[in-house]
Amino acid sequence: MSALIQLKNVKKTYKRGKESITIFDGLNLTIEQGDFVAIMGPSGSGKTTLLNLLGGTDRSDSGEINFDGERIDGYNEGQLAAWRARSVGFIFQFYNLMPVLNAAQNVELPLMLTKLPASKRRANVETALKIVGLWDRAKHKPKELSGGQQQRVAIARAIVSDPKFLLCDEPTGDLDRTTANDILGTLQQLNQELGKTIVMVTHDPEAARFAKRTLHLDKGVFAEVTA
Amino acid sequence: MSLLNQTGSVIAMNVRSIPQRLWMSLATVGSIALVVAVLLGFLSLANGFNQTLKGSGAPDVAIALRDGSAAELNSVISREQIDLLAQGPGVRAGPDGRPLISAELVLIVDGIKKSTGTKANMPLRGIGPNGLLVRPQAKISQGRMFTPGSNEIVVGAGLLREFSGFELGKTLRFGAQTWKVVGVFEAPGTVFESELWADAPVIQSLFKRGSTFQTARVGLTSPAAMAGFVKYVKDEQRLQLKAQSEQTYFADQAERSGLLIKYFGWPLGIIMAIGALAGALNTMYASVSSRAAEIATLRVIGFSGFSAFVGTMVEALVLSALGALVGVTICALGFNGLSASTLGAGFTQVAFRLQIGPDIITQAVTLALIIGLIGGIFPGLRASRQRPLLALAS
Ligand SMILES: Nc1ncnc2c1ncn2[C@@H]1O[C@H](COP(=O)(O)OP(=O)(O)OP(=O)(O)O)[C@@H](O)[C@H]1O
Ligand SMILES: [Mg+2]
Repeated sequence: MSALIQLKNVKKTYKRGKESITIFDGLNLTIEQGDFVAIMGPSGSGKTTLLNLLGGTDRSDSGEINFDGERIDGYNEGQLAAWRARSVGFIFQFYNLMPVLNAAQNVELPLMLTKLPASKRRANVETALKIVGLWDRAKHKPKELSGGQQQRVAIARAIVSDPKFLLCDEPTGDLDRTTANDILGTLQQLNQELGKTIVMVTHDPEAARFAKRTLHLDKGVFAEVTA
Repeated sequence: MSLLNQTGSVIAMNVRSIPQRLWMSLATVGSIALVVAVLLGFLSLANGFNQTLKGSGAPDVAIALRDGSAAELNSVISREQIDLLAQGPGVRAGPDGRPLISAELVLIVDGIKKSTGTKANMPLRGIGPNGLLVRPQAKISQGRMFTPGSNEIVVGAGLLREFSGFELGKTLRFGAQTWKVVGVFEAPGTVFESELWADAPVIQSLFKRGSTFQTARVGLTSPAAMAGFVKYVKDEQRLQLKAQSEQTYFADQAERSGLLIKYFGWPLGIIMAIGALAGALNTMYASVSSRAAEIATLRVIGFSGFSAFVGTMVEALVLSALGALVGVTICALGFNGLSASTLGAGFTQVAFRLQIGPDIITQAVTLALIIGLIGGIFPGLRASRQRPLLALAS
């Protein structure tokens, strides 16, 4: 196996007024191609901060972040945005669908950043929605869908442009047990059948069991707990 | 291609989200419509007024006033001066073979305005047989012309629209005399339509003016003869008069009075525009903050800050364009062509029609779009600076 993502000696500090809070001070992490990693830890331990660094939505102060052999920490804003569009799918706790768009249009959004023609975009949207089992709801608006269905649409949106890497921040934090297990099963399937590398932040030990391994983050430092 | 695609999707989302802020958006559209309507109202007033004054003057008719008088009312001209004018260069001959000169005098009389029921001043003009010949636009549309030497009067169609009691056949009282309305004349788009005309010698004797007049209108052979005639009047020491083309005379009047309306309209329009701008900014900032999570999500997915800016900008421009459309429609249906009257030269009433034209519509729409542009830029910049973060810091 080869490393998909590698953090070397990463430092991250937030400034709040005069104060500065150090979240990570020399963090190292390697995630292999095809891994499914759960990240747990107390509130404020830096889980979301880590996802922002992994997904290129925030910048480290120093250290190296490598993705598939590229150093992404040196990218400018535009390069980072293009890299995210190409390589990362994001799944949020509150789904973050666009309320004015229907399911298919929401799923199509990442494809608007590509040069694909409309017919190809429609075909990809159909494939993604079929993978999450919601093709029959393509024309529904988010508010006409249940929480679990909305999260499925969000998953379809995350995979529609076929990125290698999926980042999930508490993807089941807002769902009941049964629905949560459904969603987690889908993520597991994406990992096992489509080979997506997944990093998932969760507070829920049961959710963590769907992952291949669990990392425990506390005060900016990892302790590995193997599932 | 992909920039076009992503910007297009963001614009579509922005515009489609307007109903989520329906009342705020409607208030913005409404306030911009109001600005456009008020500004257009004033501009069409000024426009109509200008057109009427400008349309009143002919380029080949010289008007002579006492040197130093800006308006007909405070000018005096004697019989002898009239005869001297007749000897000037380029004077056209009338049908009777004699020089075409209309010696006139103007008095102020009272009338009751239909719209307000209040008294207003109107001009009573004394003219001779040449009065109609130097005003080719004017013609009797009802009844007949007054008979020279009698207490008969003809009224302008514009005056008839605005004032009551001047209908054909009515008997009027001015001073100690009674007059009979025997005709109505039309002189479309000129100030003369707001006047009463009677026989000059009758007015001279009844109002004790002796043999003096106030102005002379001199018909010239062509507009090209104007300069020579004006110079003659200026150089002739016995005259002490000033001549100018009737067109210039009314254009000057139009400028003075028209500017008043215009310079009242624009400041008011701009003050209201500032109010509407505050509303537009408020609406657009609300739009940006209500969409903060959506914008952040799109940024995470890879959409550019530029697309967020353009989306917000277009939303603001759509609202202002809708406002402009409503405002222009209100004006076009509501008061285009409406007749109005206002103080013209020498404190008399001038009747005219509000006139909306492409140039003033362009001005009002431009103001609306400027409101939209400024109302969109700052919220748009805020939208474009939205960070692409997975979860906003709590
Ligand atoms: N943009 C920011 N500016 C300043 N401080 C921040 C910012 N984002 C996060 N922090 C701080 O950094 C620390 C780590 O935050 P983070 O959101 O990564 O925690 P978390 O592990 O995801 O917590 P939770 O389980 O509650 O989601 C917290 O103390 C938080 O207040
Ligand atoms: Mg978090």
